[in-house]
Amino acid sequence: MSSSPAVGDRIVHKAFPPITRHRLALYCGASGDHNPIHVDIDFAKAAGFPDVFAHGMLVMGYLGQALTDAVAPARIRSFSTRFAAITQLGATLTCEGTVTELIEQGGEKRAKLALTTTDQNGEIKLAGEAIIAL
Amino acid sequence: MVDQSAVGRSFTPVTARVEPGRLRFFLDTLGETNPVYRDEAAAQAAGFTAAPVPPTYLFCLEMMDATVPFEFLTALGIDLARVLHGEQRFDYHAPVVLGDTLTFHPRVTSVTDKKGGAMTLIVVDTSVTNQNGVHVADVSRTIVVRNARPS
Repeated sequence: MSSSPAVGDRIVHKAFPPITRHRLALYCGASGDHNPIHVDIDFAKAAGFPDVFAHGMLVMGYLGQALTDAVAPARIRSFSTRFAAITQLGATLTCEGTVTELIEQGGEKRAKLALTTTDQNGEIKLAGEAIIAL
Repeated sequence: MVDQSAVGRSFTPVTARVEPGRLRFFLDTLGETNPVYRDEAAAQAAGFTAAPVPPTYLFCLEMMDATVPFEFLTALGIDLARVLHGEQRFDYHAPVVLGDTLTFHPRVTSVTDKKGGAMTLIVVDTSVTNQNGVHVADVSRTIVVRNARPS
């Protein structure tokens, strides 16, 4: 960011393509998270789910991508999220981040961002926060 | 069911190298096209010595190079099919770039029962150091275990 943001500014906004089974299979390999619940429908059903569902960390990966589209990676001090709901197959995710507070911490000026990932129905999947250096 | 005796338990440290092919696979999977992650000149212009890793990639590196996958679940007697990811946190202290070799030290820091024992939240905190002994990050994961109903 070239200029200082103000509280209330929405500086992160990015939409992603629908979650497919193929994407989950690729993420299984790319992330090293081989939990079958995300790629093997038989395993998912035996565990009590109607189908496979997205890795929380795939969704957080999208949120991280939206974040570093807006904020240089070197400026990110922390990045956290709560996984509020399971992300289903076919979900079309939108990631957003709004400045909630300007703070001074660790000898530098920083901003706190509230981050969300929502699906096409507006359901919040991830609710998170990032601290960035200004 | 996991109880307070699990708090303080640590697991086998994991050593992982940030390799270009594996990192590219991750970037391609996420449709990540930001040049800072792919182009050395762009990374250097952004102040890095080589391409940095994306913000969540530390989580992947630890899983990819663990000699025992999901060791903490096995060690605590938790069935993988009963686990959901509850929360995830990264605190970044120093850059992590292509070519780095990282060591992850996972440790259980809290165990909390919820909903009258129907769920247990387990926090595993992992300190990450690089090949020069620099403490580059702290990673914290909270898993939710859906406990079996007593029969």
